[in-house]
Amino acid sequence: MSVSVARVEPSIAGVGDYIELMKPRVMSLVVFTAFVGLLIAPGHVHPVIGLTALLCIAVGAGAAGALNMWYDADIDARMARTAARPIPAGRLLPGEALAFGLTLAAFSVVVLGLLVNVVAALLLATTIAFYVLVYTMWLKRTTPQNIVIGGAAGALPPMIGWVAATGGVSIEPILLFLIIFFWTPPHFWALSLYRTEDYARAGVPMLPVVAGPQETRRQILLYTLFLAPLGTTPWLLGYAGPAYGIAAVLTGAIMIALAFRIRAERRGHVAAKQMFAFSILYLFLLFAMLLVDRMSAVLFGHFTT
Amino acid sequence: MNNEQKPEPGIKLTEQQRRARRARSIAIAVSLGILVVLFYIVTLVKGPGVLN
Repeated sequence: MSVSVARVEPSIAGVGDYIELMKPRVMSLVVFTAFVGLLIAPGHVHPVIGLTALLCIAVGAGAAGALNMWYDADIDARMARTAARPIPAGRLLPGEALAFGLTLAAFSVVVLGLLVNVVAALLLATTIAFYVLVYTMWLKRTTPQNIVIGGAAGALPPMIGWVAATGGVSIEPILLFLIIFFWTPPHFWALSLYRTEDYARAGVPMLPVVAGPQETRRQILLYTLFLAPLGTTPWLLGYAGPAYGIAAVLTGAIMIALAFRIRAERRGHVAAKQMFAFSILYLFLLFAMLLVDRMSAVLFGHFTT
Repeated sequence: MNNEQKPEPGIKLTEQQRRARRARSIAIAVSLGILVVLFYIVTLVKGPGVLN
């Protein structure tokens, strides 16, 4: 009896292609927010355990990115922004990406559970599963609320960092979760405003594709009006010092101003591009100020003034 | 007896495929090395508590 086996060309995928599969830019923001969650948590974490947690979170984020690129290869091939990714460009086979993603996911969760704590590992597993199963496989292709609900996956890393340090959850990491959760829609909708044709061609029901640019601009404004005050809550509730408070108020005001400019914009996408770029800086600054506050409290025994 | 050499069965890798495979193999070796060192250091840090 003979068995016919489909012949597959040996892979030409380089190490760089696998690194690209892990979405290093997204990973860097995930690691940064997790680092802040880990560092502002009460108590002392041994640096080796802290670094191990961050490494596992980074690898877990990479796994989620790889599995997302495996599943979305058909969409990526139809969008200018993503057509050069390793799978649509033909440098990497979908099966290789799937195996790579599953291996990284398993290793990151098991190592985090063995070396740090089981609760953090369960949270990391939930985050990866939510991003891949709920966002990528279900919501992304079916509803314009995809990034609203799916944003929960991107909002969990600071909580994982906190749990890695403490073994439990409290109000501070929940606030950090909520800030990223409500930051995600205006951030991605600003991008989708000037990538509408790309999303439409790929069949992704992003808000501007389904509801039009005017409704998207309105939603960006509504979410930003909620986000900016929310960004100040760590200071208002006494979890962060005045330096954080001033930064949150100022950058929140700029976010609101940009959202109003987007709302008023009828031609072109200057304000939308500014909003997309500034929103990254906004989130980075908020978390960086939390870090500065924590370092200041540790070094000088009080918040920065 | 026929002395003519038969071509070896199997897939012949091109130079590009060979280089890519070597780079991937090195990356896997480095990753596994990091994992071993990580477990070793964490065991030293945690001491007997590593089993908890």
